[in-house]
Amino acid sequence: MSLDKPYTDVPGTTIFDADMSRMGYHLNQFCMSLMKAENRARFKANERAYLDEWPMSEEQKQAVLDRDLNRCIALGGNIYFLAKIGATDGKSFQQMAGSMTGMTEEQYRDMMVKGGRSPEGNRYTGEKK
Amino acid sequence: MAKISASVFTSHVPAIGAALDLGKTGEDYWKPVFAGYDFAKQWEKEQKPDVVFLVFNDHATAFSLEMIPTFAIGTAAEYQPADEGWGPRPVPKVIGHPRLAAHIAQSVIQDDFDLTIVNKMDVDHGLTVPLSLIFGQVDAWPCPVIPFAVNVVQYPVPSGRRCFMLGKAIRKAIESYDEPLNVQIWGTGGMSHQLQGPRAGLINREWDNMFLDKLINDPEGLSKVPHIDYVREAGSEGIELVMWLIARGAMSDVNETKKGNAPTVRHRFYHVPASNTAVGHLILENN
Repeated sequence: MSLDKPYTDVPGTTIFDADMSRMGYHLNQFCMSLMKAENRARFKANERAYLDEWPMSEEQKQAVLDRDLNRCIALGGNIYFLAKIGATDGKSFQQMAGSMTGMTEEQYRDMMVKGGRSPEGNRYTGEKK
Repeated sequence: MAKISASVFTSHVPAIGAALDLGKTGEDYWKPVFAGYDFAKQWEKEQKPDVVFLVFNDHATAFSLEMIPTFAIGTAAEYQPADEGWGPRPVPKVIGHPRLAAHIAQSVIQDDFDLTIVNKMDVDHGLTVPLSLIFGQVDAWPCPVIPFAVNVVQYPVPSGRRCFMLGKAIRKAIESYDEPLNVQIWGTGGMSHQLQGPRAGLINREWDNMFLDKLINDPEGLSKVPHIDYVREAGSEGIELVMWLIARGAMSDVNETKKGNAPTVRHRFYHVPASNTAVGHLILENN
């Protein structure tokens, strides 16, 4: 029997469900390790070597090295875990969120100050704006 | 007997904590956010709760993917503010209320809600930002706090219906405790926000205000709203709002055995934005 997943047609959105969590387990646990200052220092000193200590897929490692958060999420990453990479890089949550939208940091901040992204045209994939 | 005197609802945006800790509250960007909490700080000084039962979610801080409890009650004597990657917030440690927490755990589990018992847990911004907003910047929190963590990170999170029913069981548990304590229940998180993907930055002012209206006047109806509506209308992280239904379910007007009157709305506040998020705040007094 297949599971009910009514959330697959929400545009620009990946719901972190049990399947994504299974896929992203090691990626997210790597992120979790960055909660410790000594691990942050080791990661910064040699990112590739640090990532190689984790049983992550090559694609996941590359997405982390590229700081491509959309790719990380497609490969099972969850934003609250990925935020630890941002914290290691000294980025704010707004900078991280903005980096996934294709907007510049300034454009994203301005959009938020003006009331945020409207739900109009953003509820269903393929919906007319 | 212990009594729930009020429920307090608020967003728990991490950037609010950072603004407080870095002394940015006077900046134009932040002024309107903090002004929305002036009332609560004054009100709370008069209310003097003995205990706060604080519903929040952990953001991959105390709980990694190793363990994902749906509902976890803190029964420890104290909790340290967590290092979330920027160093711990410079706020007081949180003092628990192990005796009342254990009582609630026993009562609620016997009422068919299978809670996870947590005796060691660092608490992140989800818990400490609401404390700062309502109690202000203090040397010690004025009362013990029982942390109640809800999984809203890995889907499926508990339904609004389940949360609302759980609130009723928590009320029953608190009101059967044999000390005359003034207990407040807080629901935190939300309002509309999405932190991930190309749709990040979603805000839905209309939906948020519908949520506040219904939380006040029709919580039963609101509890039936399915998850997908939260995701579509309030953003993937807007789902945190189900936690508000736990606090609302603990009010006496929805108590089936001894129905109280509708609560008094003491304060209502809404503001966009704080960082990526819409800020909502509500105070309801029990009648």
